[in-house]
Amino acid sequence: MKTDLTPGGLSPRARVALYGLLCVLAVPFVFPTWWMVTSSVKPISDIFAFPPELIPSRFDWSTYSEVFRLQPFAQQYWNSCYIAAIVTAGTMAVSSMAGYAFARIRFPGANLIFMVVLLGLLIPSEVTIVPLFQMFLKWGLVNTHWPLILVPIFGAPSVFATFVMRQFFIALPVELEEAARVDGLSRFGIFWQIALPLAKPALAAVAIFTFLHSWNLYLEPIVFLTTPANFTLPQALTQYVDVYQGPMWNTQLAAATLTALPVLVVFIFAQRQFIEGLAHTGLKG
Amino acid sequence: MPTATLTADRSRKRPFWTMERRDSLVGYLFIAPQLVGIVLFVLIPLGLVVWYSLHEWNVLAGTFRFVGDANYQKLAADPALGEVLGATAIFSAGLVVFNLSLALLLAILVNQKLRGITVFRTIFFSPVVVSLVAWTIVWGFLLQAHGGINGVLQLIGITGPNWLRSPPTAMASVIVVQVFKNVGLNMVLFLAALQGVPRELYEAARVDGASRFTQFHAITVPLISPTILLTMIITIVGSLQVFAQIAVLTQGGPGMSTTVLVYYLYQQAFQFHRFGYGATISILLFLIVAVLTFAQWQMRKRIVFYEN
Repeated sequence: MKTDLTPGGLSPRARVALYGLLCVLAVPFVFPTWWMVTSSVKPISDIFAFPPELIPSRFDWSTYSEVFRLQPFAQQYWNSCYIAAIVTAGTMAVSSMAGYAFARIRFPGANLIFMVVLLGLLIPSEVTIVPLFQMFLKWGLVNTHWPLILVPIFGAPSVFATFVMRQFFIALPVELEEAARVDGLSRFGIFWQIALPLAKPALAAVAIFTFLHSWNLYLEPIVFLTTPANFTLPQALTQYVDVYQGPMWNTQLAAATLTALPVLVVFIFAQRQFIEGLAHTGLKG
Repeated sequence: MPTATLTADRSRKRPFWTMERRDSLVGYLFIAPQLVGIVLFVLIPLGLVVWYSLHEWNVLAGTFRFVGDANYQKLAADPALGEVLGATAIFSAGLVVFNLSLALLLAILVNQKLRGITVFRTIFFSPVVVSLVAWTIVWGFLLQAHGGINGVLQLIGITGPNWLRSPPTAMASVIVVQVFKNVGLNMVLFLAALQGVPRELYEAARVDGASRFTQFHAITVPLISPTILLTMIITIVGSLQVFAQIAVLTQGGPGMSTTVLVYYLYQQAFQFHRFGYGATISILLFLIVAVLTFAQWQMRKRIVFYEN
């Protein structure tokens, strides 16, 4: 009875059971990454070995040079990185300005315009992929990175970011702005010097979301890009196939490792900021 | 506002740029990039989708002619449509049920006060940051006939199926791979909601002798229902957009068993170059998303007991 009243107080047996359950549940989350990394350094003959080798018995590092020999992988890596960086910075700028205006500035038509912008949440980019392809074809921008940069920054994918920023700015106390006004700050000054520095958590969440979205984009690259030197990583990963279109497993897994591991390492070091940033923003609705 | 006198103390002439006007100007400038983007990349394309859907358009044959509702009639009579919608429904339903229940379970577990619990929180969240296609490729590798999963099953004397080559297991695989990829996101949202439930409520319930199940049923669920609804909407709309996993794991097969609507749209438009028909499928996708979103917001009145 007494132990029951302490919140979260668990008996030692319950504790052990809980750890056991957590460990079992962790397997499908951890094992694929482990299997990816270890299989990428196994010689091809060991890749489907039975019993499965949790730790490689023989190493074949040539898979990693194959990754770069078969495709302009360094170029593709750079493509993904710079596109994601521009899209993230651009989305932060567009969404923080729009979000601030919708939350804090009264201007005629604001509500109507907000409803129009929110339509972007209702229309997945897959719905408009056919006309977008035709538009960029007409502008001569197919097989360039422009569609992968412009559409996410200004189009439907950024609306969610604008919504998150708006939810954040709405909660800012009015007194802050009034005080700044009295001090003679212009509207832009208030936004730049007062509101934006306070919005760091929301901006961080927007940045993480946007980066991952751009980093994971797959349908748009395969629709818009045609030459391997222009490919982005997700698209490049699927190109490690033999003449029969069968995957070259260990090379593919080496490329996948090079793609996944750096982001994973950054995440592990900054996991608190990642998780709490995402949880404690406008997402809570 | 001709009677505005806010700037009267600064100058005797009323300047044109009153504070309201300047504010409005800044407001319009601030939303301009987003608004122009929405018009250019959402509204105009949406209009074009409707326009294209009224045309017979084959790029290879060089045809573009007005055919009225012929594409819609063709879609309604398309023998593949039933299968595609069925696959889409099974995928979305399976994903939402499995994702939300696992997310809630994980959130409850990592909400316990245990040493090292943040390690598990990090583990469950980590696939979210792994490149989607990399994650899918690894699972594709694990799910091969002689892959890691069947290897482990064989160790305990079970001969596993060829997961991606028979319809029921292929669909189940695609769902499971997607759930483990993204369940961490919903877990974190649930975790934030769980931590927002006032602890006194549980203490009061315990004093009244309520069991853990009753506490969960009568306190937790009603109080986190806004989050349940939010995650449900995000997950359902997201499930309708699934593409990379299907393209990498099954290419819509075996047969058409995992050809969901977006994959069918991609095939028709970009593999068979039937843009008019592809546009018609886009409209169907749009309508499904719109109806589902609307229905869920209506549901909010029934299932959400509490909103702050």
